Amino acid sequence: MIRLVDINKYYKTGTHKLHVLKNVNLEIGNGELVSIMGSSGSGKSTMLNIMGILDKYDSGEYWLDDTLIKNLSEPKAAHYRNDFIGFIFQSFHLLNYKNAMENVALPLYYRGIGRKQRNAMALEYLDKVGLKDWAEHLPSQLSGGQQQRVSIARALISTPKMILADEPTGALDSQTSNDVMKLFREVNKQGITVVIVTHERDIAEMCDRIIHLKDGVIYEDRHLPQNAIDHV
Amino acid sequence: MFDLDKWQEIFETIRQNKLRTFLTAFSVAWGIFMLIILLGAGNGIENGVQTEFEGDAINTIWIWPGRTSIPYEGLQPGRFVQLTNDDYDHISRNFPEVENVTGRKYMGGSAQIAYKDKTGSYGILGTHPGQKVVEALEIIEGRFINEKDQQEYRKVACLGRDMKVELFGEANPIGEYIEVNGIAFKVVGYYMDNGGDRDVRRAWIPMSTHQRVFAGKNRMSAMAMTTKGQVTLEESAEIVARMTKEMAKLHHFDPRDARAVNIRNAAENYEQYMSLFDNIRIFIWVIGIGTITAGIVGVSNIMMILVKERTREIGIRKAMGATPMSVVGLIMQEAVVITTVAGYIGLVMGVGLLEFLGDLVGSVEYFQNPEVDFRVAVGATALLIISGSLAGLFPAIRAANIQPVNALRED
Repeated sequence: MIRLVDINKYYKTGTHKLHVLKNVNLEIGNGELVSIMGSSGSGKSTMLNIMGILDKYDSGEYWLDDTLIKNLSEPKAAHYRNDFIGFIFQSFHLLNYKNAMENVALPLYYRGIGRKQRNAMALEYLDKVGLKDWAEHLPSQLSGGQQQRVSIARALISTPKMILADEPTGALDSQTSNDVMKLFREVNKQGITVVIVTHERDIAEMCDRIIHLKDGVIYEDRHLPQNAIDHV
Repeated sequence: MFDLDKWQEIFETIRQNKLRTFLTAFSVAWGIFMLIILLGAGNGIENGVQTEFEGDAINTIWIWPGRTSIPYEGLQPGRFVQLTNDDYDHISRNFPEVENVTGRKYMGGSAQIAYKDKTGSYGILGTHPGQKVVEALEIIEGRFINEKDQQEYRKVACLGRDMKVELFGEANPIGEYIEVNGIAFKVVGYYMDNGGDRDVRRAWIPMSTHQRVFAGKNRMSAMAMTTKGQVTLEESAEIVARMTKEMAKLHHFDPRDARAVNIRNAAENYEQYMSLFDNIRIFIWVIGIGTITAGIVGVSNIMMILVKERTREIGIRKAMGATPMSVVGLIMQEAVVITTVAGYIGLVMGVGLLEFLGDLVGSVEYFQNPEVDFRVAVGATALLIISGSLAGLFPAIRAANIQPVNALRED
């Protein structure tokens, strides 16, 4: 699904050139549930953004589903994002003037699907995350956990091959975090690749594989024995 | 193609940002409104003055006496120059290039004029038949005073329209008698004159009658005539110069004395007014363009803020698969909708106010028919819409092309 080959990424801050990712090589297979761990500044979010085609890299190769993602034109990048990837963000990034249903339906708008069908599908996906009754609510009327579930529904509605989540539990309490992680595992069971960036060890340990980043280098990549969370 | 979904997106964002929408709309509407009012007022003044000139033949030469200001042949300055019938005869005889030579005799103050139980005070002026041409009088009914009235000292009068209406109402005044300070005059006609209020609230009577009845001897207050056919400004100026010399001879004053007798041709005045209008027009356009520019700057500002404010949203939309084109389209369409609606409102309000003003002032002197060239108004609106959209276009393109990750970081 994902293949990173000698990826380098720099950030220029004034005269300084910050080397964020240093010759990163990584392969993530279809249907994996992976967490990327690391302290802040380790480059984990940058790596995720590159995987999501939200950011560019300076050298190396990024293959997504056997397509080389390099110097894509914006319309093409938009197409891949819409088709392949569902995003989940720490701060949810819902449009505050649209209600839950309309937010969930947004990716379908960019697929040219009509409003009626879009909203019907959105309701279906809201139902899946247990928020059908909240469809008409604006994000400001929802709790953090509910907002994150709305954004998960939004990520799923386009039936992506891969979910990329950047600190999805960062703004949530531990109980809600657990619920959200359960949701991810369910999604993953349907065969969707899930990549979660986090700095919380317990969150990372609910995944099948932990990739540890430090100063732009992968220094640990281990698979976990079948997780206990499924039996909770 | 009409894309209902896109329109719904736009109206949703407009509804969400009422203040911003209002401010954009206001600056557009205000720019158009002010431009239309300015142009309309300018045209109103121009129309007004032009109508004023319609009140007189524009190839008219006026003579009115003053006081000498230069000692001449042993005579003191400050002498009053009195026009008399001799001047009339002299000019009629010696100036073949003019016609419709007329004198004009005022009474001290206005006269009390009565018809049956109605009275009022109006001007009573003595004159010669040529006055009809000089004042560009339009006889509504009856006739103007003629040569025969003049020779036979007839007590006849031709009334201004307002005076006729005030004394006679709808009734036919021809053949009726009015009393001027107790002396009966027969009404032979009434006329319309576009020169303003004063010109239709007076009556013309023969010069000879005026001088005899109101103890004027052979004196006249002023004179007027028209040049034969259309003459150029230079030709007209030559006539004026020769006339000044002749008058100087007749009345013993220095021909260089500009104050002794004023001789003025209306053509010169007319041309002066016209060039004044050119300047007023330029002035109005300068202010108008300034107003439009202010509107454009206002719209540009708001569009820039709008794009800045929505950068995070643009990032989210891009992460969901929005293409740069769709992002630019969303912002542009919103800008065009707002500016078009607002421009139209400004247009309607401006034209509406002009109509209202036009009705309100009616025919005030020097202001009439404030109006705008509709093509100019529509053109200005289009200009604002286009520039408002362009102002939104560049920041929108920039925002649509920044990396989504950077757009998402904005707050």
